Amino acid sequence: MSLSATTTPPSPAAPPPRPPTRRRSRAHTLTRLDLKYSPYLYIAPFFVIFGIFGLYPMLRTAWMSLHNWNLIGDRSFIGLDNYTALVSDEYFWNATMNTFGIFLLATIPQLLIALFLANLLNRTFLRARTLFRMAIFMPNVVSVAAVAIVFGMLFQRDFGVINWLLGFVGVGPVDWDAERWSSWTAIASMVNWRWTGYNTLILLAGMQAIPRDLYEAAALDGASQWKQFWRITLPMLTPTFVFVVILSTIGGLQLFTEPLVFANGNIIGGDQREFQTLAMYMYELGIENLNTAGYGAAVAWAMFLMIAFVSLVNFLLVRRTVK
Amino acid sequence: MSLTTRRTRMAAAALAAITALGGLAACGKDDDAPAAGEKPAKLVVDTFGEFGYDEIIKQYEKDTGIKVELRKTAQLNEYRPKIVRALATGKGAADVIGLEEGILNEFKANPANWVDLAPLVGDHSKDYLPWKYELGKAPDGRLMGLPTDVGSLAVCYRRDLFQAAKLPVERDQVAALWPDWNGFIETGKKYRAATGKGLLDSVTTAASAVMFQQGGDLFYDKQDAVVAESSAAVKASWDTGVAMADANITAETATWSPEWSAGFKQGTFAATFCPSWMLGIVADNSGPENKGKWDVAPVPGGAGNWGGSWLSVPQQSKYPKGAAKLAEYLTNAQSQVAAFKLKGPLPTNLEALKNPEFLAYTNEYFNNAPTGKIFGDSVAKIQPLHLGPKHQAVKENAFEPALRSYENGQSPKDKAWEQFTKDAKTQGAF
Repeated sequence: MSLSATTTPPSPAAPPPRPPTRRRSRAHTLTRLDLKYSPYLYIAPFFVIFGIFGLYPMLRTAWMSLHNWNLIGDRSFIGLDNYTALVSDEYFWNATMNTFGIFLLATIPQLLIALFLANLLNRTFLRARTLFRMAIFMPNVVSVAAVAIVFGMLFQRDFGVINWLLGFVGVGPVDWDAERWSSWTAIASMVNWRWTGYNTLILLAGMQAIPRDLYEAAALDGASQWKQFWRITLPMLTPTFVFVVILSTIGGLQLFTEPLVFANGNIIGGDQREFQTLAMYMYELGIENLNTAGYGAAVAWAMFLMIAFVSLVNFLLVRRTVK
Repeated sequence: MSLTTRRTRMAAAALAAITALGGLAACGKDDDAPAAGEKPAKLVVDTFGEFGYDEIIKQYEKDTGIKVELRKTAQLNEYRPKIVRALATGKGAADVIGLEEGILNEFKANPANWVDLAPLVGDHSKDYLPWKYELGKAPDGRLMGLPTDVGSLAVCYRRDLFQAAKLPVERDQVAALWPDWNGFIETGKKYRAATGKGLLDSVTTAASAVMFQQGGDLFYDKQDAVVAESSAAVKASWDTGVAMADANITAETATWSPEWSAGFKQGTFAATFCPSWMLGIVADNSGPENKGKWDVAPVPGGAGNWGGSWLSVPQQSKYPKGAAKLAEYLTNAQSQVAAFKLKGPLPTNLEALKNPEFLAYTNEYFNNAPTGKIFGDSVAKIQPLHLGPKHQAVKENAFEPALRSYENGQSPKDKAWEQFTKDAKTQGAF
């Protein structure tokens, strides 16, 4: 009966029977609801989890940063005092400088090498490509702490391999964690070792999405490999490159484990804070010092704003130059 | 569907989600608080490193019928965050918590988190080393912890390396080399001349020893104001450290660094300052192949204390009375001797310190050194000292880095001192 109700229109003379209409409109509403809201339901898990573990902690941190907050004691509202104190905090700027120094030292060579390797792996004549691609990703699978411990041993002063090798070319033993440049180099090398392969793979994926016929046409016109790379690969790679740069920025500015392990777990990062990063300074104030949790929260927010700002600048810069 | 109803529905959905979360959170709260005076079903004990309680607890379970769970954390730097988390969130703390001296002093700033033990266990002030018992009290007068162990002080030295440097190797002869700190520095110079190596691991271990020997106010005065700049003990410690760096008698290996850990095996240095808890670390780092090569001699310049712990009961414990009784049991003379024999923490209970078994104890790894007697003798002479709330942070994040940066030649003397006093103020704030 319901079938007939939906297929054959009722005669104009007789009034339409009520139940089928109701049923029909109800089914209709359900379908509409389904169409309209199921997508939200499907993406809800992410937003619920993000809300609990992402948004809530962020807002809570913002709230904390407006307080004089003792982790296991009292708290009092002080408005923006933590932020004003931050501006004139020598060690905050020291940590900022260290973070950016290590970030540049790590990210620039890393992306250049990744670009170079991706271009090599993208060549059609390369044999055993899958093997190379897997091999290049391996360092990323190793845990950060393990990498940091091993590199910490390589960069030891007394019995480290690096100093031993340097000894052959007549360079005296370097006390790696005693100077800014040496500690930055050591930490940047850990980051590079771990992330170059990862970035290579992402850039490679981007390169493979570039249509082959562009290269063929260019080759027919007599463009060299170098010219093809510069005129076709790089411009077409922009979206991927922006993604990689932003990801590196976020990771680089949050650097924590590598310098901490390199400092033998001492949160001040070197006797004169030569390699204390922002994340370490945040931890020192927010977690280690129980009484300055609010100030630590302010550092966390300052860090968040910095990362957002630098990512934006990178985004604009990379987009413009490659265009 | 109009826009308003759509919004309402979204809001309703959001509200439902939030309520669901709130419900989850509410489930986490448990309301099964026991009636006062009820016998606890189970007590949880949190310790770090090795307190040596494994056997004692079994005995306690047998005697009282109360189940005891012992939770151990190997490293102090992993242990502290766990306690902080429990205190900050108000749940998850054990019933009895071992607090190291640095942590205890820090937690004294917020004594409300801890149970006053005195009314629960009665007066024990005559049972322990008096200064140690006093340190267990919070500024508001409550007894925050019962004493477990002290560190005391001694020198660990390598017999084989001393022999190679043509220095005497027997304990009493070695002790005669350094009646005072100048003697120690002179020995270091001889060692450097003979071997070209540093005698001591780093200036900071010696500086710590000097500071604790001085006693009195260290980084804080009795009112807990930071007095790092003017403290006599700090000055004496700094000057000794500087003198050692000037005399070039150290291997410049920062404590806990990989160079330091490897140095025990490699013989980078031939001596380090050993509170009794350090013996196990020296043995671990040196490995079984160096058994019998290390020995223990008295420290130059008199007794002092470095480290040691207390047992406390947090306010959030459901069985404060039962927990306090357990803490009392674990720190009595019998338990302290048993713990010492098992894992080496030095007793603080006066009766335990006179125990013949304790005094007769020798340490096999350290060439059968009579560690019971060496440490026991010096314990009685320890000067009472006042540490203050953030002693540990000032020492480890201001004092030692500055001293090391002078030792390594990174900064001149005045600048290093300036760095220390400046950092001491920020690190010492609480």
